[in-house]
Amino acid sequence: MTTVENPTVTHVALGGTRGGPDVPTLRRDRWWLQPLVTTTVLTAFVVYSTWAIFVNKDYYAGAALHRDLISPFYSPCITASCVPGTRGTAVVATWWHITPALLVMGGPLGFRLTCYYYRRAYYRGFWQSPPNCGVADGHRRYTGESRFPLILQNVHRYFFLIGLLFNTILTIDAVMAFRMPGGGGIGVSIGTLVLCVNAVLLWLYSLSCHAARHLCGGHVRSFSRHPVRYRLWKFLTPLNARHMQFAWASLVFVGLTDLYVRLVASGTITDLKLF
Amino acid sequence: MTDPTPAPTTAGAGTPAPAPTPLPPRSPAEGPPDAGGTGPWGIPLPQEDGTVTLRVWRGDATAGQLVDYTLPAQDGEVVLDVVHRIQASVAPDLACRWNCKAGKCGSCSSEINGRPRLMCMTRVDELPEGPITVTPLRTFPILRDLVTDVSFNYEMAKQVPAFAPPPPPPDGYRMQQEDVQRGQEFRKCIECFLCQDVCHVIRDHEENKAQYAGPRFFIRYAELEMHPLDTNDRRELVRQRMGLSLCNITKCCTEVCPEHIKITDNAIIPLKERVVDSSYDPVAWLGRKILRRHKRSPDEATAEAP
Repeated sequence: MTTVENPTVTHVALGGTRGGPDVPTLRRDRWWLQPLVTTTVLTAFVVYSTWAIFVNKDYYAGAALHRDLISPFYSPCITASCVPGTRGTAVVATWWHITPALLVMGGPLGFRLTCYYYRRAYYRGFWQSPPNCGVADGHRRYTGESRFPLILQNVHRYFFLIGLLFNTILTIDAVMAFRMPGGGGIGVSIGTLVLCVNAVLLWLYSLSCHAARHLCGGHVRSFSRHPVRYRLWKFLTPLNARHMQFAWASLVFVGLTDLYVRLVASGTITDLKLF
Repeated sequence: MTDPTPAPTTAGAGTPAPAPTPLPPRSPAEGPPDAGGTGPWGIPLPQEDGTVTLRVWRGDATAGQLVDYTLPAQDGEVVLDVVHRIQASVAPDLACRWNCKAGKCGSCSSEINGRPRLMCMTRVDELPEGPITVTPLRTFPILRDLVTDVSFNYEMAKQVPAFAPPPPPPDGYRMQQEDVQRGQEFRKCIECFLCQDVCHVIRDHEENKAQYAGPRFFIRYAELEMHPLDTNDRRELVRQRMGLSLCNITKCCTEVCPEHIKITDNAIIPLKERVVDSSYDPVAWLGRKILRRHKRSPDEATAEAP
């Protein structure tokens, strides 16, 4: 499947002899470090999150611990198999009997998989196409994102909208984490702060997304005729410049949030109440 | 196309090239190389013995090899300075394209230690110790030594349908400052073609050259598509014939741009999103049907080119 219906070729001379030695790269710096770090961190996250999703326990610290903390991997918990007390606003998937995280992971996963930054990261790190700038591509043939399945990267804007829905739910989770059920009233614990930081980082990651920048104002030809969209675009543009940082920070913190909730829920540590 | 002969300042018209004066080899009796060769603020010189070695690609389309040239190091030099000193001393026939020596003409593009850079903007004392490799742009056919045939880019430039404004109103065209500013970044391009050189789509896959405009021209397409007075629609053209979907946004073009143009974030990705509007977004498709808006085919987009 190709997307090109009406191709023609530009008449350029092909096959000329190139200069320089015929080696994959002449770079002398540690060009391999960046793809190595990317691959390592992403692999570690995938391994941890897969384990966390399938372990299907200790994802909620509830009234028994006087807390209301849910792991971001399991929110919203909308299946009949969710542990009692999790705030699924409604049990939607009564037919779902395996880990509830598997049902809701598609949205955030799709958002990150099709994200323009992560595409750069995994094309370089995993696919070696190319491993780094000025280093030879790891493949003999190359069709980019012009064919199936990579043409599906173009659905990124829809995953962005789904991501906003998840951000809203995780923000509600963070707000609800101020409750201390079982007579504790309203308070702030380390877990509350962890969920709040997680929600803030996810919002920053989503709002700095290139699709957001396009949908909010980047698509217009004339800024002066669309002043509201221009203001939105101007607000999002500085965030967009830090999209990579937000992508990494939010990814790592989602994992850390899950880990913290898991440790509290399993009784390994006590969630310290600050006030 | 520049004549691949030594630059005028080193072997100027009517001026005979100075006789080659290679450095005498260091004998063991001279002792160890000079230690502590440092530039301003203690920045180490490329070689601690106070010399600089350029490993330059010499050759043409038939054959070539890397040749070492060792000269005394001088403070504050850029790679182009050393190339000029090589031309002035040991290799007057070394071909190198250059012009402004100020990072504004884009002529002296080459690959320094394997990274596409301008020779005139690359300080020798900022490079790691050891020989400095200087090779021609890898993506384009070699003419001689450091000079390549970049006519691929001029062919691609010809394919860009030009700016197509509407008939001027009685009081002339008017543009607001925010609209002017948006395209200003793209106009900083000096056409050094480093972005084209580093782009693996054509650097490592020669066959893609026939259908891939490259980052430099995606900037141009983006600038035109974002121009408030332009009436053409080039989205299908860049999708079907200019290979926008071949770009996998690895951002190397942005990394090497000497003008620090955010090529990927501000030109290629916005262009990709506009192509999604025109070809992949079912809601946008529905909107076009309801509002009876027509998107231009590649032929229609190029038909209006002057």
